Amino acid sequence: MGKLSLRFAALGYLALILIGPIVMMVWRTTEDLDGAWAAITDPDTISAFKLTLMVTAIAVVVNTVFGIVCALLIVRGRIPGRGFLNAFVDLPLSLSPVVVGLALVTLYSTQGWLGWFQRNGYEVLFATPSIVLATIFVTLPFVVREVVPTLREIGTEQEQAAQTLGASGWQTFWRVTLPAIRWAVIYGVVLTAARGIGEFGAVAVVSGNFAGQTQTATLRVEDAYQFAYGNYAPAYGIAFVLAATAVIILIAMIFLQPKESRY
Amino acid sequence: MSISVRRITKRFDDFVALDDVSLEVRPGSLTALLGPSGSGKSTLLRIVAGLETADQGSVFIDDKNVTGRPPQERGVGFVFQHYAAFKHMTVYDNVAFGLKIRKRPKAEIQERVNQLLKLVQLEGLAKRYPAQLSGGQRQRMGLARALAIDPAVLLLDEPFGALDAQVRAELRDWLRRLHDETHTTTVIVTHDQEEAMEVADQIVVMSQGRVEQIGAPRDVYEEPANEFVMTFVGQAHQIGDTFVRPHDLEVTLEPNGSTREVMIDRIVHLGFNVRLDLLDGDGERLSVQTTRDNAELSEFAPGQIVYIRPTRQTTFA
Repeated sequence: MGKLSLRFAALGYLALILIGPIVMMVWRTTEDLDGAWAAITDPDTISAFKLTLMVTAIAVVVNTVFGIVCALLIVRGRIPGRGFLNAFVDLPLSLSPVVVGLALVTLYSTQGWLGWFQRNGYEVLFATPSIVLATIFVTLPFVVREVVPTLREIGTEQEQAAQTLGASGWQTFWRVTLPAIRWAVIYGVVLTAARGIGEFGAVAVVSGNFAGQTQTATLRVEDAYQFAYGNYAPAYGIAFVLAATAVIILIAMIFLQPKESRY
Repeated sequence: MSISVRRITKRFDDFVALDDVSLEVRPGSLTALLGPSGSGKSTLLRIVAGLETADQGSVFIDDKNVTGRPPQERGVGFVFQHYAAFKHMTVYDNVAFGLKIRKRPKAEIQERVNQLLKLVQLEGLAKRYPAQLSGGQRQRMGLARALAIDPAVLLLDEPFGALDAQVRAELRDWLRRLHDETHTTTVIVTHDQEEAMEVADQIVVMSQGRVEQIGAPRDVYEEPANEFVMTFVGQAHQIGDTFVRPHDLEVTLEPNGSTREVMIDRIVHLGFNVRLDLLDGDGERLSVQTTRDNAELSEFAPGQIVYIRPTRQTTFA
C-alpha cells in the first residue's frame, strides 16, 4: 500500500512538473496549425534555426575536443592544480547564464580587455562570434563530466599494454583510449547539443537579438511570445519544434544506452 | 635474450621501492621474482618493461642499454595481472594489435594470430569480446597478444593472481610447457612460493626493495641465505636460535635425550601428508608434517603427549 502510494506520488509529480506543460503546449499548437506552420516557415524563423544549429555545431566540436583533452589532464595529467581545474570546469553549471552574457559583454566591449576586436571592426558582440562564445561557455562541462569518470574506471593498464605492443601515444589514443570512452563522449555530445540548442540567457545578453541575423531559435520564441498581441500560434509553433528536438535527442539517448552494457 | 638489471633504485616519495637492485637473467631461462607485497618485485618488472622509470641504475636487454627508452622500443611482451584486455576489440583483434601497429601484411597477421590462438587454445573464440571470456581465457588471450610481437623477453606480472586455484594450477603447468617449447626468456612476478618453485628455474627472493637471494628452487629452499628466505619460502619454525621445517621434525612416543615434550592439539589430513598442530609447555604452537602411513601406525590422537626432535635444522649467524 505504501509502495503504491509512493509510486503514484512520484508519477503524479512527474506528470505535473514535466509532462503537463509540454502536453498543454502541444495541445495549443494543434489548435492553430496554419498559424504555427506559417511562423515555423517564416524566413526569419528558418534563419534562427540555422543560426542555432550552426552555433551548436561549433560548440559541440570545440567542447568535445577541449572536453576530452581536459578530462585526460584531470585524470592522467601530472600537472599541479588539476584538482582546481576539475572544480573550475563546473563553473558554467553554477553560474547564471545572464551573468555569463554580461561578463562577455564586459570583456569584449570597446573598453574591455579584449576590446581590440570590437574597436578594429571585428564584430564580436551583437554578432555571431559572441553567440558562439556564450554557447561554448555554458556547454563546456558536459563532455568533461561524462568522460572523467569513464577514464578513471578504465584505468591505464590497457594503454600500457598498447605501449608495450609498440603503439605510439597517438596510436594508443585513437585505437585504445578513444574507443574505450566513446559512449561517454557520445553522451557528452548529446548533452552539449541539447544545452546549446536550448541556451537563452547568455545569448540574449550578447547577441543583440536582430531577427534574421543574430536571433537564435530560443530568442525567436521569446520574441514571438512578447509581441504576440493575443496570437500565440507563432510562439507555440517554434517552441514545438524545439521541444520535439529535445524529445528526439532523449529518445536517441535511450537507444544508445543498452549498447554500453555490451562491454 | 638476456636481461641485466644494474644497481636500480626507485623511490615513490618517501617510500623506497627498490634499493640498489642488480639481477642477471640468462637467455632462455624462466625466472620468478618472489616476495610479499611491497617487496618491489612488480616495480622491478615494470622498470624492465619501461612502464616505470628508475631513479638510478640501468637496464640491459640482449646486451643493449635500454635505460630511458620507452616501452615501445624495448620489444617486451607484458602480461598484466588484471589482463588489460582491449575490451572493445574481439579476441582476434586483441591478439593482432601489435602486428597491426607494425603494419604487417594482412595475410601474415591472419596466419600468425590463428597460430597463436591455437597455441593458447582459443581457436573457436576469435570473434568473442573479452567480456564473454572466463578469467583463464582472458589471461591466455593476454599471453597470445604479448607473444604475437615475438618479444625479446616475456614479462608476467602476477599473471594468475586473479584466478581461482584450479585454473591457476592449470595455467602454471601450461606456461611451463609453453616455455619449454618456445624458450623465450621469461620473468614472472609472484607472491606464491609454490608457483615460483613449480615454474621457475631461477628464483629471485625479494623483500623491502632488496634482493635477499638468487638461486635455483632447490637452493632457495634447502640453503636459504637468511631468516627471511627461510620463513618466506616454505614454512619454518623458530626454536631458540635455530630454524626447522615442519617435515624435518621427528615425532616419537617416548622421550629420548634431546626431545621436547608437546601435546597434539589437532590432526589435519592433507592427503598424502598429515599435519599435527602441537602445543609445547610454554603454550607455543608448532606443526609437524608426517606421512599418512606413519600417523596411522603411531595412532596419534588429539590431547596425546608426544616428543619431537629436529632431524635437520638451520642457524643463521
